[in-house]
Amino acid sequence: MTGSENNNTPDRAQGSIGSSIGKVGDQIRQPLWLLAELTYSCPLQCPYCSNPMDFANVKNELSTEEWIDVFKQARAMGATQLGLSGGEPLTRPDLVELIKAARDLGFYTNLITSGVGMDAAKVAEFKEAGLDHIQVSFQASSEDLNNLIAGTDAFKHKIEMAKAVKANDYPMVLCFVTHRQNIDQVDEILDLCIELEADYVELATTQYYGWAMHNRDQLMPMKEQLVKAEATAHRYQEEQKGKMKIYYVVPDYYEERPKACMNGWGNIFLTITPDGTALPCHAARQLPGMTLPNVKDMSVDEIWNGSDDFNKFRGFDWMTEPCRSCDEKEKDFGGCRCQAFMLTGDAANADPVCSKSPHHHLIEEAIEAGIAEAAKPVIDQKPLVFRNPKNSKQISAK
Amino acid sequence: MSERAFNDDTVPRLAQGYRFQWEPAQNCNVLLYPEGMVKLNGGAGEILKLISEKQQTVAEHIAELKVAFDGADLRDDVYRFLDEAYNNDWLRK
Ligand SMILES: C[S@@+](CC[C@H](N)C(=O)[O-])C[C@H]1O[C@@H](n2cnc3c(N)ncnc32)[C@H](O)[C@@H]1O
Ligand code: SF4
Ligand code: SF4
Repeated sequence: MTGSENNNTPDRAQGSIGSSIGKVGDQIRQPLWLLAELTYSCPLQCPYCSNPMDFANVKNELSTEEWIDVFKQARAMGATQLGLSGGEPLTRPDLVELIKAARDLGFYTNLITSGVGMDAAKVAEFKEAGLDHIQVSFQASSEDLNNLIAGTDAFKHKIEMAKAVKANDYPMVLCFVTHRQNIDQVDEILDLCIELEADYVELATTQYYGWAMHNRDQLMPMKEQLVKAEATAHRYQEEQKGKMKIYYVVPDYYEERPKACMNGWGNIFLTITPDGTALPCHAARQLPGMTLPNVKDMSVDEIWNGSDDFNKFRGFDWMTEPCRSCDEKEKDFGGCRCQAFMLTGDAANADPVCSKSPHHHLIEEAIEAGIAEAAKPVIDQKPLVFRNPKNSKQISAK
Repeated sequence: MSERAFNDDTVPRLAQGYRFQWEPAQNCNVLLYPEGMVKLNGGAGEILKLISEKQQTVAEHIAELKVAFDGADLRDDVYRFLDEAYNNDWLRK
């Protein structure tokens, strides 16, 4: 989940005893998962970044006290998992303080980071503060490609950080976001993970939100690439059984059914963005008609239970056909509202990933557009647009 | 009997990064781990609570549970649960 921004079930292990957090279909309506996007500042510039394109316009980050108050409120409502993410959470000078406060409240604290801005001493400080888990994301397996995608020189440092994580007695959890430019290197990626003695590796497919949507033609993987990558991932999964656990997520554009996005709108996920806006998912700010409630003005309880935004797509009444009369709606809730909006213009439509959607051809066309782009001579290809404040301001001014 | 993950002399431990805790808002025991949570039913909760609190052998756990549950023979149940928990990556030897 939060881990990578694959908005499907956050569960890594599925327990057979008791029920796991948010099994698909469960109507829980408790914000079990709090994603705190502490800041949008980030020293990297990943063109696949799921952050909103207009992040540079977001001002007035919540203060330390305001964040801790949000943690308290969500915890009282039953939240157990806290994702500290962003942007790059390490750019918040109060990160240790926030971790400590959250841990003292009983949260399971997950730091989701690029590792840039971290050093061994800091990892030790996080441990001391009670941080439960660190996930380090990489852009690729080779220094050149990694740095090219990250738009900065970060690779060697990331390797050092991955090692420091393990030296501090944390499981080493690495995340690689895959797309056309790096997916042919799955074997190299996994070899690197083995060399680093990673415990968990997530090969997360790029989800087309924010900057990734903007760069979709250049990031869209080819079918053949996926077939090969999946076979490779499965081979390594077998070989590494009991040593390194590999999660491989199939891109939804190549599926016939959509993901059960966020386990249902307003069901278990609560995202708080850097300025305190509360969202049912990290990409929902773009949807038309959102009232964008802010924790500076209302309690988390009022937002979760009473706001229009969080009630908008709860249950099934909002659905249009074919979802409305579909017998699979309790399995996938009609997919992702943001994807439905971005592609069809109406957030209440079926996610076009679904083969039953009358808009499914849009997905096929997007794949075709990617193929056409890849077939062009390199000099004619659209350049990747990097996620940075300058591009953000320029593009959102248009 | 098929092979069991633990025997009377092994000391089960929670896997790295796993945390057991009581959740008032859910009114149950839970196991928390990176980006996930499992709600535990009564029996599973009691066993994991003990494992998270005390480093002792399976035989000692069984003896202690027996006392807590009025002398009931929980041996098979405990072993069945331990296998399951081990296969789910919750426990290490
Ligand atoms: C937005 S980042 C913020 C934290 C930190 N800057 C980092 O990159 O790890 C949160 C997580 O989402 C992943 N991610 C970013 N963009 C994504 C996308 N378009 N699809 C899937 N995962 C994405 C990152 O790799 C990271 O694991
Ligand atoms: S640009 Fe990269 S490192 Fe920065 S927030 Fe986005 S995904 Fe994370
Ligand atoms: S029609 Fe809607 S509810 Fe049915 S499978 Fe497709 S997306 Fe899901």
